Amino acid sequence: MNADLAYADKMDSRLWLIQRITAVVLAVAVVVHLATIIVAVQGGLSAAEIVSRVGGSLGWAMFYGVFVVAAGLHAPIGLRTILREMTPLSPGATNGLMIAFGTVLMGFGFRAVLAFYEMGGG
Amino acid sequence: MKVSIWRGGKVGRFVAYEVPRLENQTVLDVVTYVQRKLDPSLSYRFSCRVGMCGSCAMTVNGKPRWTCRTHVSKVAVGGTLEIAPLGNLAVIKDLSVDMRVFFDKWAKAGGAFKGDKTRDDDFALIKPADKQRQNANAGIECIGCGVCYAGCDVVRWKPDYLGPAALNRAWTLVNDARDTQGPVRLQLIAGENGCLGCHSQQSCQEHCPKHLSPTASIAGLKRAVSVAALKGRL
Amino acid sequence: MTSHRSHPSYWAFVLHRVSGLVLAVFLPFHFSLLVQATEYAVGFDGFLKWSEQPMVKLAETGLIVLLALHLTGGVRLLALEFLAWRDWQKTLVAVCGGLSLAIGLLFLVNAV
Ligand code: SF4
Ligand code: SF4
Ligand code: FES
Repeated sequence: MNADLAYADKMDSRLWLIQRITAVVLAVAVVVHLATIIVAVQGGLSAAEIVSRVGGSLGWAMFYGVFVVAAGLHAPIGLRTILREMTPLSPGATNGLMIAFGTVLMGFGFRAVLAFYEMGGG
Repeated sequence: MKVSIWRGGKVGRFVAYEVPRLENQTVLDVVTYVQRKLDPSLSYRFSCRVGMCGSCAMTVNGKPRWTCRTHVSKVAVGGTLEIAPLGNLAVIKDLSVDMRVFFDKWAKAGGAFKGDKTRDDDFALIKPADKQRQNANAGIECIGCGVCYAGCDVVRWKPDYLGPAALNRAWTLVNDARDTQGPVRLQLIAGENGCLGCHSQQSCQEHCPKHLSPTASIAGLKRAVSVAALKGRL
Repeated sequence: MTSHRSHPSYWAFVLHRVSGLVLAVFLPFHFSLLVQATEYAVGFDGFLKWSEQPMVKLAETGLIVLLALHLTGGVRLLALEFLAWRDWQKTLVAVCGGLSLAIGLLFLVNAV
């Protein structure tokens, strides 16, 4: 029996664990998100309404910040599993692609969160 | 009754046979009839005929099953049978598959017990109600038939995945108080080709003829691995 | 012909995978739309008006259902993996599906 876990296996195990931890965070965040959507959508949406709700609020900014980080980790790890299982892409290529995807996701996400925060309360 | 049976190796075709329908007939009876009365060149495996040895598994109408204890009446949809070799394993000929990869993975998953007692030592005392004992109990009745392995899509997609039976075995040993390989075992079965690769699809549990739940065993391993990883012991 | 895949836990897996895939692909568009919302508030209202169309509403409902499915299915998986094993998985699958549809319906009712 080999005493040391191969590097790749260690990596896999970490990613798997991160996937579960972010899942717990996301579970809470998505419930809040869904509830907000259903409440907000009553009586129609407008840009002004959205901005007045979340604009400039540090609380919402922090909530969505955590949301973005969790999603930005969770989605690429999940996609990585799909690619590994269902496509002939090499592990290296898959990892590279997913790092890129995660970076784009978090970049876009933070831009959105920041943009709303900077709008200030309506 | 119309029965089509896979003939050949990896490439081959289904050949149709006409087999008399009897009462209380098992799928293994059907295959045996074909081999004895219609075509002696048909290859297949069986031994105990009573569900103990695990050698008779085949794909029956699309699902992996032990054939010696599967009644035709239970599986013959529209009165026909299609019998193929077990999936996820290389076909040797007709209904016989090469089980080596399957059992090699048991070894890879650390399937062998290792204790530190000798014959001069006393018996280990383990209470039947002990939690670990019960965990081990739940998985110990495996007959190594490979049905779960054939039904697992993770094996299908990732040929290096250890598979439900080997991981189930590892879980029984993780719960064996007499075993001395604790942390080493977890290292053998962590990673994506180990327990973390399982998606809880539960095809293994759905089809296991012994009604074991490899999924539950694997979930146990996942918890053990998570704890070890969080404590930096992986 | 039956297959080793025809059972509820497998369907739950397929739903979880498909919903996860669609959501992951949708996410970058979602974020970039939000940025546009703040940068061109006027244009965004135009977009919101566009999104009042029945087809778009239906697509949105679809996304909500997918999100709810991935949420409930994910909680189910966490429970299977980290809590004591249970023998009522099929019920659990049904509960997840039902809950997701209910959430989708709630959205649809509120949206129109
Ligand atoms: S529960 Fe895991 S081991 Fe069992 S069939 Fe599904 S993926 Fe394979
Ligand atoms: S776990 Fe069940 S299906 Fe799998 S090899 Fe053992 S007895 Fe056969
Ligand atoms: S012949 Fe032994 S289990 Fe079927």
